[in-house]
Amino acid sequence: MSARFSPARFLAILVKEFIQMRRDRLTFAMMVGIPIMQLVLFGFAINSDPKRLPTAVLAADQSVFARTIVAAMKNSGYFEIGRAVMDEAELGRLLAEGEVQFAVTIPAGFARDLQRGARPVLLVEADATDPAATSNAIAALMQVARTALDPELDGPLAHLKAGADPVDLRIHRRYNPEGITAYNVVPGLMGTILTMTMVIMTSLAVTRERERGTMENLLAMPVRPFEVMLGKIVPFILVGYVQVVIIVLAARVLFQVPIVGSLGLLSLVMILFIAANLAVGFTFSTVAKNQLQAMQMSFFFFLPSMLLSGFMFPFRGMPGWAQAIGEVLPLTHFLRIVRGILLKGNGWAEILPEIGPLLAFLVVVTVIALKRYRQTLD
Amino acid sequence: MTAPAAADSGPAIDVRGLVKRFGAKTVVDGFSIRVGHGRIHGFLGPNGSGKTTTIRMLCGLLTPDAGEGTCLGLDIRSQSAAIKRQVGYMTQKFSFWEDLSIAENLDFVARMYGLSDRKRRVADALERLGLGNRRRQLAGELSGGWKQRLALAACILHDPKLLLLDEPTAGVDPKARREFWDEIHALARDGLTVLVSTHYMDEAERCHAIAYLAYGRLMTEGTVDEVVARSGLHTWTIAGPDLGPLERELAGRPEVEMVAAFGARLHVSGSDGAALAAALAPLRGQPGLTVAEAEPTLEDVFIHLMNRSTDNFA
Repeated sequence: MSARFSPARFLAILVKEFIQMRRDRLTFAMMVGIPIMQLVLFGFAINSDPKRLPTAVLAADQSVFARTIVAAMKNSGYFEIGRAVMDEAELGRLLAEGEVQFAVTIPAGFARDLQRGARPVLLVEADATDPAATSNAIAALMQVARTALDPELDGPLAHLKAGADPVDLRIHRRYNPEGITAYNVVPGLMGTILTMTMVIMTSLAVTRERERGTMENLLAMPVRPFEVMLGKIVPFILVGYVQVVIIVLAARVLFQVPIVGSLGLLSLVMILFIAANLAVGFTFSTVAKNQLQAMQMSFFFFLPSMLLSGFMFPFRGMPGWAQAIGEVLPLTHFLRIVRGILLKGNGWAEILPEIGPLLAFLVVVTVIALKRYRQTLD
Repeated sequence: MTAPAAADSGPAIDVRGLVKRFGAKTVVDGFSIRVGHGRIHGFLGPNGSGKTTTIRMLCGLLTPDAGEGTCLGLDIRSQSAAIKRQVGYMTQKFSFWEDLSIAENLDFVARMYGLSDRKRRVADALERLGLGNRRRQLAGELSGGWKQRLALAACILHDPKLLLLDEPTAGVDPKARREFWDEIHALARDGLTVLVSTHYMDEAERCHAIAYLAYGRLMTEGTVDEVVARSGLHTWTIAGPDLGPLERELAGRPEVEMVAAFGARLHVSGSDGAALAAALAPLRGQPGLTVAEAEPTLEDVFIHLMNRSTDNFA
C-alpha cells in the first residue's frame, strides 16, 4: 500500500458512491425533485407584490365621487372590490377573519363635504398583520386619493385640484400599526417550527424502529396499530408544547409582540395542528425505508409549507394553483389562527373557518397512516 | 410454566401447504409440519431456504399466500392476534431496544402483554437469567451472549405456550450456547413447545426432531437417527499423512459425492454404498492409510441434502 494519492483507489470510491446513489431511488428523486420544486415555487408561485387584494367597501354615500374613488382603487390593480357592506360590524368581522385585506369606509355626506372643499374623510383600514402584503397597496392608495377625482373636479370645483388632496385619506394599519415585521414573523415561526420538528421527529421515530429491527419485535407483540401510532405521537405533542412556550415567551420578552387574544384558545387549537403534522410524519415513516429517506420526505413537505402557507411570502400574492395547494397545508390555516389570536384577538367565532380544513387534513392523513402502517411484515 | 391444558391435546403446530411469495420469488413452497406439545423441533436448511419466512408465518408476522393450519389450535390466518398473545418469538437479529436498560425492556414487554403482576414477573425473569445485577445496564452495551439471554427472558416473560427461535445462538460462544440449550430443555420439560432454527449441528442433535428445508421445501424430517438412516448415505473415513492429493483425486470420482477434510482424516461419502466401497478398495492396502466405514454425521447428511437440492432446483 502506498501512502501517495492513488487515482485507482479514488476511482473505486467514486464508482461505489455512484452505484449506491443509483440504488437509493428516493434520494435520487429528491436530489432532482427538490431543485425543481424550488424553481417552480420561487419562480411561479411567489410574488412579493400581491395585487387584487380583497377589499370591502362600506359606502354611506352613493355619489359619483365615491364611485369614482372605488373604481380608481380597482383600476390600480391592488384592490379587488367585493360585495358592498352595510354596517361597520360586518366590516370589522371581515377584517378579523382575514376575509378581506382592506376595509374602505366612505362616510355619509362625502360628496357634500368634497364639493364644499371640506376634505371629507376616506377611511381605509388595512389588515397589517403582514406588512409586506399591504405596503404596496397602501402606496397605490395614496396616489388614488390624490388624483382619482381630478376628472370630476372641473368647472366650479377646479380649484380643489390645487392645494391639498381633495379627500382626507386616513389609513389605519390595524393589528400592527407600526408595520413591524416581527409581529407577523414571530407568531408565524410557531407554526413553522412545529411543522419542521413534528414531522421530522415522528417520521424518524417510527423509521428508526424499522431500521434497527425492533419493529419486527413490536409487530410480534399483541399491540394494535392505533395504539402504536398514538403512543408514538403523544410524546411529541408534549415536545411541541414546550416549543410553543419558548416561542411565546420569546415573542413577548424579546420581540414585544402583542398578545391580544387568549393563549388558552391558542393552546387548545394547537393540539389539532400538532396532531396533523405528527400524522404526516407517521405517514412518511410508513413509506420511508430508512431514516435518511424519512428526513428527505419531511423536507419535501416542509418546503411548500414554508413557501405556500403565507409564512414567508404574502398568501394573496400567489396564483390560484399555489393558493389551492396552500389551502390544503395545515400550516396555512394555523398561521391564520395564530396571527388572528395573538395580533387580532380573535376568538372561537373568527377562527372557526380555519378549523374545518385542519380537521379534514388530520382525518384524511390519519386514515392513510393507519392504512399504510402494516401489522405484518409483508 | 403451567402444565399443558386439556385443550392443548392436539399438536402445537399443524400447518399444511404453506406458500409465501415475494414478488416472483417463491420463498416457501408447500411447507407442512406438525409439532407436538413439549417438543423441541429443530429447523435446518441453508441460508435463504425459507426458515425465517416460515417462522414469521407461524406467528402472524406474514400472511401466507396459500396453505392453512393452526398454531396452538388457533387459525394462523384469522386468529393471528390471539396467537401473538401465546407465542414468544425471538428474532434472528437482536430486536430489543438498545437505548433502554434490561429492566426497562422487560418492563415494556410485560406491559405489552398486559401482565397483571408486572413487577414480580420482571424481577423473576431477571433473577432466573442471572441478569439481576445488570438490570440498569443499557441493552445496547451488552455482549452477544447477554443480549441473547435478555431476548430469551423477554420472549418467555408472558409464559408463552410456543417459542419460536430464529437462529438464537448465532455468534454466541460455546459455553453460552450450552447454557442456552439447557434453558430451552428446561422450558420444554415444563410443557413449552419450541421451534428453533439453527445452522449448528450440535444444536440440531439436541432437538427431539429436526426438519430440513431447502429452497422453501421440506426435504426431510424426523429424529436425528431417522434422518441419518433415511439419507441412504454411506461414509468412510480415511486417515493418514498428506491427504491433500488424495482428496483432490477422490473428489473427481463419480462414486464419491463429497469429500471433506477433518484434520488428518477425510470424510468420503456417496449414496451408492457398493460403488463407493469398490472405489475405495484399492486404498485399503496402501501403507500409512487407515480406511474404515463410518456412520455419516448429521453434517454429512445435510451437505449431501444441500448438494442434492441444488441439483434439483438449479
